[in-house]
Amino acid sequence: MKELLIKNATVYDPMNGIDGEKMDIAVREGKIVESSELRDARVLDASGLVAMPGGVDIHAHIAGPKVNKGRLLRPEDHLRVIQRKRRGLRPIVGYTIPTTFTTGYWYAAMGYTTVMEPATPPLMTRHTHEELNDTPIIDKACFPVVDSNWFVLEYLKEGDIEGCAAYLSWLLRAVKGYALKLVSPGSDEAWGWGGGLRGIDDPVPNFDITPKEIIRGLHRVNRLLGLPSPIHIHCNDLGSPGNYRVTLDTMRCVEDLAEEGRPSLHVVHIQFNAFAGTGWGDLSSGASELAKYVNSHNHVTADLGQVLFDDTTTMTADCPWQYVLHKISGNKWVNHDVEAETGGGIVPYKYRRKNYVNAVQWTIGLEFALLVKDPWKLCLTTDHPNGGPFIEYPRIMAWLLSSRAREASLARINKRARRRSSLDSIDREYTLYELAILTRAAPARILGLKGKGHLGVGADADISLYRLDPESTDLSKEYKVVREALRRAAYTIKGGEIVAVDGEPLNTTYGSTYWVDVEVPERDEERVKRDLQERFERYYSVRLENYPVEERDLRISSPLKIRAEGF
Amino acid sequence: MKAILVTGRTLGQGLGLEIGKLSELYHRNVATCEMNRDDMEKLGVREGGLVRVSSGLDSIVLRVVRSFEEVPPGIIFVPYGPWINRIMRPETHGTGMPSFKGIEVEVELEASDLGEIPKIDELLSRS
Amino acid sequence: MESYTGVTCPFCGCLCDDIEVSVDRGAIIKVANGCAYSLTKYLNYNRDRITTPLIREGDKQVPVELSEAVERAAKILSEAEYPVLYGWSSTSAEAIGLGIELAEEVGGAIDNTTSVCHGPTTEALQELGLPGCTLGQVKNRADLVIYWGSNPLQSHLRHMSRYTIGAEGRWRRGRDDRTLVVVDVRRTYTARVADYFIQVEPNRDYELITALRMALRHEEIEQDRVAGVSVEDIEELADLMMGCEFGALFYGLGLTMSYGKNRNIDAAISLVRDLNRWTKFVMIPMRGHFNVNGANIVFLWHTGYPFAVDFSHGYPVYAPGATSAVDILSRGESDAALIVSSDPAANFPRRAVENLFKNPLIVIDPHRTVTSMRADVVIPSAFVGIECEGTAYRMDGVPIKMRGVIDPPKGVLSDEEILGRILEEVRRLRG
Repeated sequence: MKELLIKNATVYDPMNGIDGEKMDIAVREGKIVESSELRDARVLDASGLVAMPGGVDIHAHIAGPKVNKGRLLRPEDHLRVIQRKRRGLRPIVGYTIPTTFTTGYWYAAMGYTTVMEPATPPLMTRHTHEELNDTPIIDKACFPVVDSNWFVLEYLKEGDIEGCAAYLSWLLRAVKGYALKLVSPGSDEAWGWGGGLRGIDDPVPNFDITPKEIIRGLHRVNRLLGLPSPIHIHCNDLGSPGNYRVTLDTMRCVEDLAEEGRPSLHVVHIQFNAFAGTGWGDLSSGASELAKYVNSHNHVTADLGQVLFDDTTTMTADCPWQYVLHKISGNKWVNHDVEAETGGGIVPYKYRRKNYVNAVQWTIGLEFALLVKDPWKLCLTTDHPNGGPFIEYPRIMAWLLSSRAREASLARINKRARRRSSLDSIDREYTLYELAILTRAAPARILGLKGKGHLGVGADADISLYRLDPESTDLSKEYKVVREALRRAAYTIKGGEIVAVDGEPLNTTYGSTYWVDVEVPERDEERVKRDLQERFERYYSVRLENYPVEERDLRISSPLKIRAEGF
Repeated sequence: MKAILVTGRTLGQGLGLEIGKLSELYHRNVATCEMNRDDMEKLGVREGGLVRVSSGLDSIVLRVVRSFEEVPPGIIFVPYGPWINRIMRPETHGTGMPSFKGIEVEVELEASDLGEIPKIDELLSRS
Repeated sequence: MESYTGVTCPFCGCLCDDIEVSVDRGAIIKVANGCAYSLTKYLNYNRDRITTPLIREGDKQVPVELSEAVERAAKILSEAEYPVLYGWSSTSAEAIGLGIELAEEVGGAIDNTTSVCHGPTTEALQELGLPGCTLGQVKNRADLVIYWGSNPLQSHLRHMSRYTIGAEGRWRRGRDDRTLVVVDVRRTYTARVADYFIQVEPNRDYELITALRMALRHEEIEQDRVAGVSVEDIEELADLMMGCEFGALFYGLGLTMSYGKNRNIDAAISLVRDLNRWTKFVMIPMRGHFNVNGANIVFLWHTGYPFAVDFSHGYPVYAPGATSAVDILSRGESDAALIVSSDPAANFPRRAVENLFKNPLIVIDPHRTVTSMRADVVIPSAFVGIECEGTAYRMDGVPIKMRGVIDPPKGVLSDEEILGRILEEVRRLRG
């Protein structure tokens, strides 16, 4: 199907300023084109349907060793949803940690077409790619975790930004990664000895460098390399009452390095790092302090990490935190340190609406989203599956679009948490335009994926059509209808092909894996090569020549070629 | 005499695998068992002699070889392989794993003119 | 002559990736750095080779064209009510993925050698989790190394020198910096080089581990000896474990195969978890076949389960004891079998083997094996890591790309290609 003409859709395309206009969308050879370019198009009548660019999920743990260990840990999760195999489709299994095939099908069902795996251990990223290769339909990428990497720590300790940048350009190419990820910077090196860090001024044992220095150093490296996305950071002290201060410190610590018009930091799942109070008993929301900061500064973006009241699976590279959660909850716990680099921890967890702490967490995410004025600074996530499974995003969308939906949930949560929250007094309701920013335009822009998140000419033809008519439906009153419509897209179009109808995938097809191919000056490249040859075998248990992933190991490789200019 | 049977990996068995299960090397290394010296004396068997090991399900004849890994009294050690598997019970107790170690067996001297260790193909054709 | 460095050995779960192989005029003539197993494999891999596909006629196996063998195999599998597909641990991740698709397509059960190896580990992990790490972490930090029910000097010959007590790490120089403890039922070679050897009575590891956990908490152990070990020795070991900076427990089939099976691992995981209150402690299972961990990993992302997966309902069902190969075969529940790079006729209990032979049997393997000799269809395949490439996963989960250094015999394809053809034919038959 080379040409497609979508007629008369109600279009929301914030990057091009289109807010609910009835228009046609023309597709040719996988891209959006002017209607005049079409010769013999299949016509899709989209009257009464809302059209948005395909959804972009900036942060969801969908593939790799940590996710797969999660599958191993939770056979009980796999019994929650099961669907027999059908022609052309693999069986559907699982809920918070579905199989890779299920993951692709379910994202397509919701009209999402691009997903980022946000934390992969470099040494094991071949595994991540093998899983991404088996994740159908969506386009994808992965972010190597670099904050406790021995080469990084040593270069940054020396103040050698260029060496660190040359090393990371090598690493990104070696593991076919897209962006630099920091997870509670320095903590996993401390955890290598069973310890952790407190705040961002606590030095990493044996390396004598603080999280703040790591964050600043990696920000400068990121800018030097000219990477399309800023550094993504899971802030230190996640899950700790009072940690909103550490989040503020983190955002402040790169203020002086901020560049006009470009975010320096993308704070991931900010809800988990927006706790005020001093303990579990007096835990309260730090959302307004953080929102105030984000509203008055342009160098920070964030994604929500909203929790949902359900049984889910937590998994992060924040090993010390995962151990703490195991102790608090008493739930089973997997830990897997990755030599010289990072680690991962997994603990099942159930968020209960009557539990004071969980209820406060629920209010934090929504408060933050409603208090941040500029939706371009925000993306909708649950840190899947940490806050809840991605298949429940429409629930969150309903809470943002409808204060009634929030009220209905507020009425059922722990009463003390409700009283302490400011949610009751917030009337704001997101518009569909703003929702499209949070779920398409903002993530695409923050990621620097130029062909995604919009429907302008030249964009990738990733389009979602929903059975929603804003003219006849009161989005606030009929939030349940809205939720259902967003859960099952009428049509999901990927690269110009219809891949799902009414939430049912048509076939198992595959998208691209994006990665960055950064060219740095030869002199710096040579220097890093020598450092690698000298130190690699001492640090690692594999040989340097067996570490890199080749381009042909990706099912469909889509490199972004960049030339680093500022060396 | 009663004994606890432990099966396991040995270098000879592992190398024999790579040479081939039909090989003389494999047969020599795997159709064997190691016993405690005092137990051997009690039983009246010497190194190189034959014993019959019975599990209640079936029995197999094996050659006693020199042990460099000090088998304690009451234990008999046999390399993994098709000979000892003849006498293994299939029950996995709901785990998928048969009891390959720690099984109660009877060990008795096998007079050499009565018993012979079958070659591997004979072993498997004899169903 | 061509020389290759950085070759990864396809023997055991160590996946040593520093092997040097020299090839001259179509033969491997030299291998360096590998252990005895590695050398023996590389220098003998062509023995007992199956050179052409075979189909049984009467009591003979007759050479046929590959297409005929593929068609017959596909026919057997698609006509069977409940075929069992077993093996998988000695082939590539890519081949394993195709095997799972095939099992799905024919509604059979698929199982890998984990079920007779570390199945109990995964069962215990599913209940408790597991504190682990990659091998380099142990190399760099561990000052206490324990091998429990594992005899690396017979099974994983370079494990100790590459990854544990003999290895040089960032903070540990080598043997002098580390303490070695061995727990086993007999004084093995590994026990002989240990600083402490604990001889445990067979089938009593659970009690010993429980006593250790009590000793960690300074609880009173009322007996003088537990599992044949004196309470003084137990308390000394507990103190050693609590007092180390980084402890690593490697455990093997001594725990998974003895009485208690997964409950032994349960206890071991609980012990290591407890130890994390006082110090840093990890555990890693000693995986046998070079890609058994890969089989688990690929099974998991396709189905959600690590082994023993049944597709007879059109979706994966996991129930070790019911859907595991030994049980299915022992109870005579299957009516056909496909065995890939494995020799269950030599490794399984007798009754399972008898039933295996009662039904149509397809074998894909490079070697003539005890299983292949009785098969109805035999398809020769190439050796992953010697003749063809593919990903394997080390015992600690690290993925490594295995490469080919020499061509397979003419007409012999990789498992991946063969399974791809069988899958295609099965789909064609089903319409």
